[in-house]
Amino acid sequence: MKQISRWFQRNLIRIYAVVAFTYLFIPVAYTFAFSFNDSGKSNLVWKGFTLSNWQNPCGAPEVCSALGNSIKIGFLATLFSTILGTMIAFAIGRHKFKGRSTTNLLIFLPMATPEIVLGASLLSLFLVFKINPGFWPTVIAHVLFCVSFVVVTVKARIASLDPRLEQAAMDLYANERETFRRVTLPLVAPGIAAAALLAFSLSFDDFIITNFNSGTMTTFPKFIYTSAARGIPAQANVIGSAMFFLALAIVIIGQFVGRKRKVS
Amino acid sequence: MKKISTPYLLLIPGMGFLFTFFLLPLINLAQTSTQTPVGGGDTGQYEQTFRFQNYIDAFVENKEQFGRSFLYATIATVLALAIAYPLAYAIAFKGGKLKNLMLVLVVAPFFTSFLLRTIAWKQILGEEGFVVPTLRSLHIISQSTTLTSSAFAVVAGMTYNFLPFMTLPLYASIDRIDPRTLEASGDLYANGFTTFRKVTLPLSMPGVVAGTLLTFIPAAGDYVNAAILGSPQTKMLGNVIESRYFKIVDYPTAAALSFTLMAAILVLVTVYVRKAGTEELV
Repeated sequence: MKQISRWFQRNLIRIYAVVAFTYLFIPVAYTFAFSFNDSGKSNLVWKGFTLSNWQNPCGAPEVCSALGNSIKIGFLATLFSTILGTMIAFAIGRHKFKGRSTTNLLIFLPMATPEIVLGASLLSLFLVFKINPGFWPTVIAHVLFCVSFVVVTVKARIASLDPRLEQAAMDLYANERETFRRVTLPLVAPGIAAAALLAFSLSFDDFIITNFNSGTMTTFPKFIYTSAARGIPAQANVIGSAMFFLALAIVIIGQFVGRKRKVS
Repeated sequence: MKKISTPYLLLIPGMGFLFTFFLLPLINLAQTSTQTPVGGGDTGQYEQTFRFQNYIDAFVENKEQFGRSFLYATIATVLALAIAYPLAYAIAFKGGKLKNLMLVLVVAPFFTSFLLRTIAWKQILGEEGFVVPTLRSLHIISQSTTLTSSAFAVVAGMTYNFLPFMTLPLYASIDRIDPRTLEASGDLYANGFTTFRKVTLPLSMPGVVAGTLLTFIPAAGDYVNAAILGSPQTKMLGNVIESRYFKIVDYPTAAALSFTLMAAILVLVTVYVRKAGTEELV
């Protein structure tokens, strides 16, 4: 008995971690399970096992066009926000200049602004300039909330670099451009990749800003929200689960490749 | 021509973007917030009359939702901190070889849309799920008690949805703690609790501040959890702004509420960051 309680005490934090992860994954498991539900239109009650939802993920109307829009917007928003954010991160992380603290403030403010305020104010601006909400306004809105997160992520990576590596490159007669291309950039690259991944997942999962600026265009989260009232088709569960496994695979493969490179 | 130096060249595109799509819209929103309807005009037509009374009207009319937004967001943030801290601690100090995998697992639920997960909670905790009937048959809750459509469900949903935003910054700062400082504390006869209070917690403060901000700010402006898991009695400020915009087309009130929300959050954040004593956020 004493041994059991001692084991319990020693592993309390590990047991806690298992419980916490279970809590995080309950709704994911539920979503996955109900992607096999032979449910017809409304996926509320378990009616029997079927593979047909997975065989025909575009079976529900609009679900795949919504997914397509989300992916397109996600890629464009990731591309633009990563480029803009990385440039800003290098400026702040590597240079001293007038107006640096103002710049920092302007980066921080969008993160301290609730999404609903960002979304509503951006829509007001588009309306003033008679720009109809839709695809490009949504891309702009996504770049807006992703860019600060990119700056913060890349800046942290730049700050953690050992400056001696760049000094060594300079000592070996590399000029500024060569040093940047062959030393600095490869070292910062994992930070940029992490920022891009973060930007894509923020964009892909965004609902509030999208709802304000997308007009009649549907994205995947918007599709789920609007169909929630009349029941979400099981195909949405299929896509949600597939995205989960796909993302997990990409991250794990990425880690594996990264580790291999380190070894060699 | 004078050569523009490198940092400014790097900054121009990004800052131009933020100026055009962040600052200009806010200025425009400020203008909208003091407008009044055009006499005899259509719905949705407003003119500038600098009516600052709009702010007072909007606040008085929605003070309940205001209070709720901040109350729910505060509770959800505290709960998320309580749940995430031991988890981040476990990953940082006991993760071992599984550290990276565990970090991935913290973020992984993100990829199943948060809306799908919120709706999953609604169904798990709903009348047709298995939790409510079990609790009722065990007489833990009464026959008429429901878990969804309640303040409890809204706060629980927010706590769940923002948990990764809390866990990651916490992990980042706990992971940086040198375990030898904890050993040293033990050598000086501090017990586990004292070590935590005097060493671990102070060293992880930057993570606590970043995590609570990343949770509190989106939670205070959220309306999705309240819309899916709540009832008309749990409406938050976000729900009001959303419906003012889309259903009632009352732009000035929506703008005034948005501004008040933003100002309130900025004031709270500034006070909090000052108190917590870390300004190394960005």
